[in-house]
Amino acid sequence: MSDRPMLEIAALQKRFGETEVLRDINLRVGQGELVFVIGPSGSGKSTMLRCCNRLEEPSGGAIMIDGRNICAGTTRDLNRMRLQVGMVFQGFNLYPHLSVLKNITLAQRKALKRDRAEAEAKAMEMLGRVGLAHKAQAWPAELSGGQQQRVAIARALALDPKVMLFDEPTSALDPELVGSVLKVMKDLRDEGMTMLVVSHEMGFAREAADRVVFMDGGVVVEEGTPEEVFGAPKTERARAFLSRVS
Amino acid sequence: MDRFLETFFNATVMARYLPDILHGVGVTVLLAVAIILAGVAAGLVLACLRTARLRWLNFLIICYADVGRALPPLVVILLFYFGLPNIGITLSGPMVLFVVLSATLAAFAEEIFWAGFTSLPRGQWEAGRATGLGSLQVLVWIALPQAVRLAVPPLVNRALAITKMTALGSVIGVSEILSAATTAQSFSGSASPLTLGALAYLAIFVPFVIFARWLESRFAWKKA
Amino acid sequence: MDLFLDQFFNLDVMARALPFLLQGLWMTAKICAAVILLGLVGGFFLALGCLSPRRWLRWPAVVVTDFFRALPPLVLLIFVYSGLPFAGIQVSPFAAVVIAFFLNNSSYYGEVYRAGIESIPRGQWEAARSTGLTQAQTIGYVILPQAVRNVLPDLLSNTIEVVKLTSLASVVSLGELLYSANMARSLTYNASPIMLAALIYLVLLWPLVRLVSRFQRGLAA
Ligand SMILES: Nc1ncnc2c1ncn2[C@@H]1O[C@H](COP(=O)(O)OP(=O)(O)OP(=O)(O)O)[C@@H](O)[C@H]1O
Ligand SMILES: [Mg+2]
Repeated sequence: MSDRPMLEIAALQKRFGETEVLRDINLRVGQGELVFVIGPSGSGKSTMLRCCNRLEEPSGGAIMIDGRNICAGTTRDLNRMRLQVGMVFQGFNLYPHLSVLKNITLAQRKALKRDRAEAEAKAMEMLGRVGLAHKAQAWPAELSGGQQQRVAIARALALDPKVMLFDEPTSALDPELVGSVLKVMKDLRDEGMTMLVVSHEMGFAREAADRVVFMDGGVVVEEGTPEEVFGAPKTERARAFLSRVS
Repeated sequence: MDRFLETFFNATVMARYLPDILHGVGVTVLLAVAIILAGVAAGLVLACLRTARLRWLNFLIICYADVGRALPPLVVILLFYFGLPNIGITLSGPMVLFVVLSATLAAFAEEIFWAGFTSLPRGQWEAGRATGLGSLQVLVWIALPQAVRLAVPPLVNRALAITKMTALGSVIGVSEILSAATTAQSFSGSASPLTLGALAYLAIFVPFVIFARWLESRFAWKKA
Repeated sequence: MDLFLDQFFNLDVMARALPFLLQGLWMTAKICAAVILLGLVGGFFLALGCLSPRRWLRWPAVVVTDFFRALPPLVLLIFVYSGLPFAGIQVSPFAAVVIAFFLNNSSYYGEVYRAGIESIPRGQWEAARSTGLTQAQTIGYVILPQAVRNVLPDLLSNTIEVVKLTSLASVVSLGELLYSANMARSLTYNASPIMLAALIYLVLLWPLVRLVSRFQRGLAA
């Protein structure tokens, strides 16, 4: 493993008008690492993730993916860059007018210009990975929340991203469906995917995360292994937050 | 009763003027098709342009859509038909009718498509962009199909209402159904051609109405 | 350019035509008042008919609704105005306009009400009926208030259409706004009076059109 991180966030700032949501975020995610982000509501977790593929325009700082600054470059570069960063949303955001298979092949064909057979083969492979190969012809509305989220993960994976971002992927799910999605994420990690995960599933963090990052008020307050952060939080704010959620 | 039938359903009068009315049917249908195609296409283009969110362009589009929905078409028709020749632009009656009604439909269609676009959850645009699609690709492959689906029922109703206004052509000498019927009425001194004209309109537009109803009920089903 | 201004925005001509147009506007207002009131009431009964569980009520209501939705309003107006006298029934232009547009608009308002009533979940009916309300009470106190709120944008946009529709009355020489403007045009050989009429319609209807768009956006959000 090289010492160059796969994803590096440096001095990232984001303002919405007057409100400063991200003040000075610095974060490195190494190749194959799973970094888990926690923090109170409104602390800027989603905003940070969304900056990482420029769904939000950063107000300052830099974000490097595999050594390339994604904040520079033209629109063409932007679209190519986004292919390298997979994103999974809290609300799935499957396209209701397309079948599961078409949901996964759309960007492959239009953005990566893969031909149909290749895109479909890739889609089936990814559906197999998330355990939903039999649902290829189903419509999103016919799937449970957990299944929809796994399709969304397959949709992102089919583009061969270098990094996967997860924004509370399980918080819209019924408790009994959470496990199936977490299992897919765990497998992904074991296969060496670089992942940045915002979630409240502390159990998953203990089990699967390499590092845990605690954010509050637009800055990284504390950072360490799960044992360090959960077991013996150094800062008062992290302690208070953890005692509230667990 | 006999007198009623004699006045409104006189078979000989009807038979005599049937060819004129049929010719009117041809004109009406042709105009209706042209108006729908041009109006819907123009409205769709305007709504798509509006998604680019360019401030000045949007301001112009919104003004156009508002004026087009606020002005009675007959006012604009008279303005074009009687006003433009005074400044050296002469458009034929059918041309005026086509231009005004398709422009009106475009204004309504723009609003309907735009409502479709705005009712899409923001996540749909984001999911598309996050998978590396360009904004034009997201528009074409993700937003448009969903917006169009939402737009179809109100659009059919509006297209129906506006194509019915081809009857206004009778005011500016377009030989569509109504003008054929009123001409025949004054020549024959009988109300039967009017009846025939009304029947012709029903023959054209009742299927349209039933289609609109069917679309609506199909939608209601989906919701349940 | 000068020619254009002179032909379409001739202030002199507009000033002379204005009193005439305002008279016409008063007539337009009277037609609107009559047609909107009658249409709202007629539409309500048509909607009840269309939703009735009794077939002999429902079918005629649906047929009447679709009949008047399919017939262009101008055709209906001409039929009433110049057709009925053949049958020995004389009607004034005002009466003809009100009758024709009442028939036409009852159908439109009826469809709006029906969509509104159908948008109320069954549970509301059941809850109301289970607390002992009669069918009429359920409609009056539970369903209609919610339905009207749901379809307010559609009611409003249909009312705008009524105002625009009244311009057709000029065809049967009823002295409303557009008729007055067109008379003034033929007297002055200048299109400015019609432009003035267009501006009056715009001033009256633009705010309402904006409101409809605002409503729709509100629903979408
Ligand atoms: N588009 C926006 N415009 C203005 N303010 C915004 C916008 N998006 C987010 N914010 C603000 O930025 C702050 C951080 O939001 P963010 O969604 O990143 O928080 P979060 O940590 O993800 O919270 P949660 O746990 O509730 O998802 C909030 O105060 C929010 O109100
Ligand atoms: Mg969030």
